[in-house]
Parts: sequence; structure tokens; C-alpha cells
Amino acid sequence: MFEIFGIPSQALFGQLLLGLINGSFYALLSLGLAVIFGMLNIINFTHGAQYMMGAFVAWFLLQHFGLGYWWSLVIVPIVVGFTGVVVERLFLQRLYKLDHLYGLLLTFGLALIIQGVFRNYFGSSGLPYQMPQSLTGGQNLGFMFLPNYRVWVIVFSLTICLTTWFVIERTRLGANLRAATENPTLVRAFGINVPRMITLTYGFGVGLAALAGVMAAPIYNVNPLMGADLIIVVFAVVVIGGMGSIMGAIVTGFTLGIVEGLTKVFFPEASNTVIFVIMAIVLLIRPAGLFGRTA
Amino acid sequence: MAAAAPSITAPVQGGRSKSELIAFAIMVAFFVIAPNFIYPIFLMKALCFALFACAFNLLIGYVGLLSFGHALYFGWASYVSAYAAKSWGLPPELAILAGAATAGGLGIIAGALAIRRQGIYFAMITLALAQMMYFFAVQAPFTGGEDGIQAVPRGKLFGLINLADQTNMYFFVLSVFLLGFLLIYRIINSPFGEVLKAIRENEARAISLGYKTERYKLVAFVLSATLAGLAGATKAIVFQLASLTDVHWTMSGEVVLMTLLGGLGTIFGPVLGAFSIIAMQNYFAGFGQWVTVIQGVIFVFCVLLFRRGIIGEIANALKIRL
Repeated sequence: MFEIFGIPSQALFGQLLLGLINGSFYALLSLGLAVIFGMLNIINFTHGAQYMMGAFVAWFLLQHFGLGYWWSLVIVPIVVGFTGVVVERLFLQRLYKLDHLYGLLLTFGLALIIQGVFRNYFGSSGLPYQMPQSLTGGQNLGFMFLPNYRVWVIVFSLTICLTTWFVIERTRLGANLRAATENPTLVRAFGINVPRMITLTYGFGVGLAALAGVMAAPIYNVNPLMGADLIIVVFAVVVIGGMGSIMGAIVTGFTLGIVEGLTKVFFPEASNTVIFVIMAIVLLIRPAGLFGRTA
Repeated sequence: MAAAAPSITAPVQGGRSKSELIAFAIMVAFFVIAPNFIYPIFLMKALCFALFACAFNLLIGYVGLLSFGHALYFGWASYVSAYAAKSWGLPPELAILAGAATAGGLGIIAGALAIRRQGIYFAMITLALAQMMYFFAVQAPFTGGEDGIQAVPRGKLFGLINLADQTNMYFFVLSVFLLGFLLIYRIINSPFGEVLKAIRENEARAISLGYKTERYKLVAFVLSATLAGLAGATKAIVFQLASLTDVHWTMSGEVVLMTLLGGLGTIFGPVLGAFSIIAMQNYFAGFGQWVTVIQGVIFVFCVLLFRRGIIGEIANALKIRL
């Protein structure tokens, strides 16, 4: 054990790790928001509720089907993503010709419905979710204890983020997607089914949120309101990063997680608010966001 | 792209202000006789929320700005008003003014930040700033944390009228509401209000006509915040309580819902919307979380099928302005 700026290394690196974990979730969620916004021009307020659904479906699979964490990582994003597809087909599709704010209002309403229903059935106290056996334990690095599961969350979410970036920015599919964002009419003229692409994009974004939910389940309690406050922080992250860039969302997410972790060490009273303060500063200096393009 | 999308509130064409005058007379008459057959506490709560919704509507309905953080002004004004009345012993009218002024001050800061971005970003920024101030309210010592500020004295209005009397309190709240309501009516029908509507319809054009739209938007934001604060400050005196509920984002969502249900950009819509939602909450109070679910369903229903809201539909059907 040693000290840095009068802080025990254990506490400092512990919070840094926790910050990286939170950053992983910020990155995954803001990435999903950015992808959805790019294609649908809708800010998906339901994102937090869908993240929560991810955790609950994982819990449900374990309780009722005995399907563990690894199965959940695959099944949950597909199941919750499918509910997203249904939502897009039933509701969101009708809003594209209207003011964008209606999308925000509708998805806010959906979030209230989903969170309310879950609270009715599961109450407000959390349900525990077992960590997978293979990821329990940790490494003692001398200056800190490093739990295996947390390393896994950081590495895995980074992989997912970078894969998403690669698919969107470097593949033919992604090129079509970006083209459809710029000019859907023209892309349709090339024989690409843009409405289906939009539906699947929403499903994919929702799937990302659900995946984050599965990863969060063993760390935080599975709770109907676990996404409610988180989504507001993620909104702030999105304002800071600007939604124009996929990589921007990833970098901003992780960075702000770390900043928040460090604030917990040095100035704990401000740890809840630091991201909002940063948002205010960024708005003053660079209103379009760090990675944003002015419209 | 944004300019091509139809505006969030379709202005109703034609009509005369006679319809508004009649509706106003009906509304005032209703409020004057209502305490005879409706529980006054319920009416006072609904009136406070009606003013809150009208203040919110000033922004969304007439400038096209969706603030998702109006609980910030409502809640913080109620804290300041409750604290001023209880700890400083200020008379109710000064306590309420202190609350509204605080809300206005917060509105200047939040508004100046939020109007730097448009549309969806504006909504997200206002929400995030409100959440930040919510955390301040949780941590700050004077707000009393989870307990809030309780047992706030209602005091004597101008040192003469005892507000502990329910009837006095009711007519005081009604006066505050009508004052706010008429002020908003005056604002939206002034030359200033016409510029706001021009910004709502086409901001680029308003700029090209030489209007400093940022300044107009900020003034509208501060007015809206102050009036929302007036509502919150009054509510704190009525219920003798200021609590975290009023600063939480769910409150910001509720005021959006009230306005949406009643009719965005209509004068009487927010009032009717507030009464409907408060009545619904009262009626279903025993059903716990189902209230949230019902609110969500109303949101979805309004956005998909009922975008004009109750008053908007009536006004549209009768081809009048309401």
C-alpha cells in the first residue's frame, strides 16, 4: 500500500476502476442513443428502461430456465432488441414526419409504462443476480485488488463499442447506413429497404442497452429504476460528446466515467453532479459538443 | 430538415378573442363557486399545477422550446419560499416573491446555457441541469433532505388576512393563479409574443428580419421559469411543505403531460390538463405504481392520436381560439 496525493492507492485505483465500469455503461448507452438518433432522429428516452429490461430478462432466464450469464449475453439483446423492433413498428414509425420532440415525448411515456409495470411486479428493492462462476475472484496487483468480473466488463464493452464503430464506419453495411442517414430517399432509389434498415437500427440500439443491462446485473442490483436516473446522466454525456460521431460517444463515455470516479476520491460531494457541471462548461466553450458538428 | 417538419403546435386559424373572453368568464365563474362542492385543498393543488403548466406552455407552445426540467424552478421556488416563511419568518407574500425570484435567477443561468442548443438537445440540457439541481437539493442542508421542509407557517397575508383559514387561502391562490394566467395571456398577445411565435415557426427567418432571437428566447425562458416558480412557491405555502418530489424529474414529466393532454399552445389547455391529471392522481392514489403506468399510456396516446389535446381539439372543431 502506498499513497497518492494523500489518498490510499487502494481507494484511488478502486474508484478509478469503478469509474471505468460506469464509463463502460455510459459508452454503451450513449453509443446506442447516437446510433438510434443518427437513423431515426429520435432521442430514445426508453433507453434506460430497456437497459433495465436487459437486466431483468437475464435474471428471469436464470430463475426460470436455469440459463446463466453467458447465455444471457446472447439471448437478452436479441429478446429485448426484438421488443424494440415491435415498438418501432407500432409507434415510432408514425412519428418520423412530425417534430422530433414528439419522439422524445412518446419514448418518455413508454419508459414510464415499462418502469411502472416492473415496479408493480417486482417492487422497488433490488433482486440479486449471481456473478458467473468463471469470473468470480480477482487478482491482487499489490497496489490494489482487481476483481475479474470488472476487468471482463471493461474489456467486453470496449470490444462491443469498437466493433460497432468498425461496422458503421468501415463496412459496406455501415456505408449504406450512413448514406441512409444523410439521404434516405436517394438510398431507397438504389433498391435498399430503408424502412427495414431503420427498424433494425432501432432494434440494434435497444439490444446494446439490454447488453449493458446484462453486464450491470451482477454489479448493481436488478432494480426497476436502475435505468431511470442513469439515462439522464447519459443524456448529459451525449450533450458533452455530441451525437455526430460514434467514436466520440465511446471516448466521451469512458472519459466521463473516469472523471466521475476520480471526483469520488477527491471531492465526493460533487460526484453526482460533476458530469452535469462538465456539460455546462462544454456548452459555454463548445456548444456543439466535443465531437459534434454544428447542424 | 428541422424547418420542413411541421411545428409542434399547429396554430388555429381565424377566430376572434370573443371565444377566449367567454371561456375565461366560464373558468373564473367555475373557480369562484367550485369550493362549495369540491374539496378546496384539491382545488388549490390543481390551481398551482395549472399555473405551473401555463408557465411551461409559454415556452413549448409559443416559442417551441421543450424544457424537460421545469421541476427545477417549481421545486426550488417551493424550497426557498418554505424556508423564507419558516426560518426567516417572512410573511407569505414576500416568501412567495422570494421563491419566484429564485426561480427567475435559476432560469437566467439554465436558460442561457440551454438556448445554446436547439430542439432535442435543448430538452436534454434542461433535463440534465434540473437533475444536477435535484442532487444539490438532496445534499444541501437547508432543504432537509428526505424530510423536506415541513410545518411551514401560512402566516398572515399583508399582515391582515389569516391564511390558516381555508377560504382565505383558496381565494389567495385563485388570485395568484389568475394574475399569472392573465400575465401569460398578455405576454403572448403582445408584440413580444408575436416575435416569439415567429421564432417558433421559423427561427432562421426571424433572425434574417433582424430579431436577436437568442435574447427573445432567453427572456421567454426566464419568464416561464419565474411563473413556474410562482406556482411552486405558492404550493409550498398552501401545503406547508417543500419536498424532493417537487424537484424530481418525474415532476418535469408531469407538467409536460398536463400541457400535452390539455393542448400545447392553447391558452386554456394547460389548466384543463392540470385539473385532469391531478384528479386522475387523486382518484387512483390507492393503485400505487399504476398511476405512473396510466400517465405513460396518456403520453403515448396523446402523441400518437391526440396531438392537439383536449382544448386544441375543441378549438379546432369549433374553429375558434381557446
